[in-house]
Amino acid sequence: MIHVESLHKKFGKNVVLAGLELNIDQGGIFAILGPNGSGKTTLIKTVLGMVIPNKGAITVMDSPVRNKWKYRQDINYLPQIANFPGNLKVKELIAMIKDIRQKPSDEQKLIGLFGLEPFLDKKLSNLSGGTKQKVNIVLTFMFDSPLIILDEPTNGLDPLSMIRLKELISEEKAKGKTILITSHIMQFVEEVSDHIVYLLEGKIYFKGSIAELKTKTGQSNFEHAIAAISTHSNHD
Amino acid sequence: MNTPLRQYQPTATMIKILKYSFYDLMRSRWSYVYFLFYLLLGFVLLFLNNELSKAVITLMNVIIVLVPLIGTIFGVMYFYNSKEFTELLLAQPIKRSSIFLGQYFGVAGSLTVSLVLGLGIPFTLYGLFQSKAIWDFSLLLITGAFLTLIFTAIAFNIALSNENKIKGFGYAVLAWLFLAVIYDGLFLMSLIVFEEYPLDNLSLLATMFNPIDLSRTLILLKLDISALLGYTGAIFKQFFGTNLGLFVSIIMLFLWTVIPVWRLSYVAKRKDF
Repeated sequence: MIHVESLHKKFGKNVVLAGLELNIDQGGIFAILGPNGSGKTTLIKTVLGMVIPNKGAITVMDSPVRNKWKYRQDINYLPQIANFPGNLKVKELIAMIKDIRQKPSDEQKLIGLFGLEPFLDKKLSNLSGGTKQKVNIVLTFMFDSPLIILDEPTNGLDPLSMIRLKELISEEKAKGKTILITSHIMQFVEEVSDHIVYLLEGKIYFKGSIAELKTKTGQSNFEHAIAAISTHSNHD
Repeated sequence: MNTPLRQYQPTATMIKILKYSFYDLMRSRWSYVYFLFYLLLGFVLLFLNNELSKAVITLMNVIIVLVPLIGTIFGVMYFYNSKEFTELLLAQPIKRSSIFLGQYFGVAGSLTVSLVLGLGIPFTLYGLFQSKAIWDFSLLLITGAFLTLIFTAIAFNIALSNENKIKGFGYAVLAWLFLAVIYDGLFLMSLIVFEEYPLDNLSLLATMFNPIDLSRTLILLKLDISALLGYTGAIFKQFFGTNLGLFVSIIMLFLWTVIPVWRLSYVAKRKDF
């Protein structure tokens, strides 16, 4: 699905990705974890073509990414900060993204699922952070694409919407989609994800299932296992 | 019309983005303020001057300074305010240049519409179409449109190259200040320092390289008040007053628009977001 080969990226003198190698197979939920500044968002953004790597190659579904844009037709991306043009109404924004993607979409179901009907005629600048995030989720999930990338999807969500989001993610997984997630909420990661990709100092430090991670670190609790893997690396 | 082919047309997508940026801006309060300002200015000038050609001169003085300033400030503000929205678009199957050019033409277009309608309505009501001043007035609006395009493009360039909003805003205002005020000061000083040398061609050139000066000269000479400008005025009249001069000036304004727009698209392609 995604193939990353010796990826290097520097921002000024700050090395973020240092020869990262990664293979993501089709189907399943992959959690990309790592301490702050380990390059999670940079990795996602290079896959999306938003950050241009200094060295290395990425292919998404066998097509190289560099200077291309058509492959993004097969990716649904949920950005971290949900901020949209304030003067547009929610339904206008949805119509706009539909207009741009020119793909079949089922936004009605999602609008119902997150209870957004009363907000459709409101301007985006008048929405709360959580409601904006729900709009963000609708925009991400309304298209049927084989690859879904979620950057901190739980930001600002209330418990009910969180449950809905988890259901939505497992529905997509059941359809055989590949889903990448970054999150700082370990409980959420443990609940939804099949595989863990742990980034450290611009490289993949660990890749495997949650069970493998627990065995490797000798911890029975996932959160402690993640903490152990980070502190363990500090002692190296 | 919903053939799958449509999604692979960058120009069509650019026009969509332009449309949405345009609508977005046309609905913001500031577009109305800008529009109403020109509307009011038009009515007041016509009422006070009671003569079209004099109103056009006063308008020129306002437009030549204000249009670039508003283009600069709106351009920078829009660019920074739509950062997250741009990131959303960047993740969509859209070519990068389509996003930035679409946004740019959306901003510049809505400012131009405010200018043309705001001034056009009072002047049309006053009876512009029966008057000789229509060509002067049209030239005024054309240079106004060019100045909007030019300074919005400069502002977008500065904003694209500066992550820091405060810095970007500062540089943009400085760029405006330089072209609107400082450039003329330096120009005058150089004329005084080198007064013993023939400076006609130098002055012509210096005028060409500043879109504000170029617009001002173009309008003044069209209004046929070059007699006020003395000897240099006569030289200028010889050049700018002819069709060739007009043609060259329009080409220069065009280049002033195209080069920043090209750089915008060039830099955007290579930038990390």
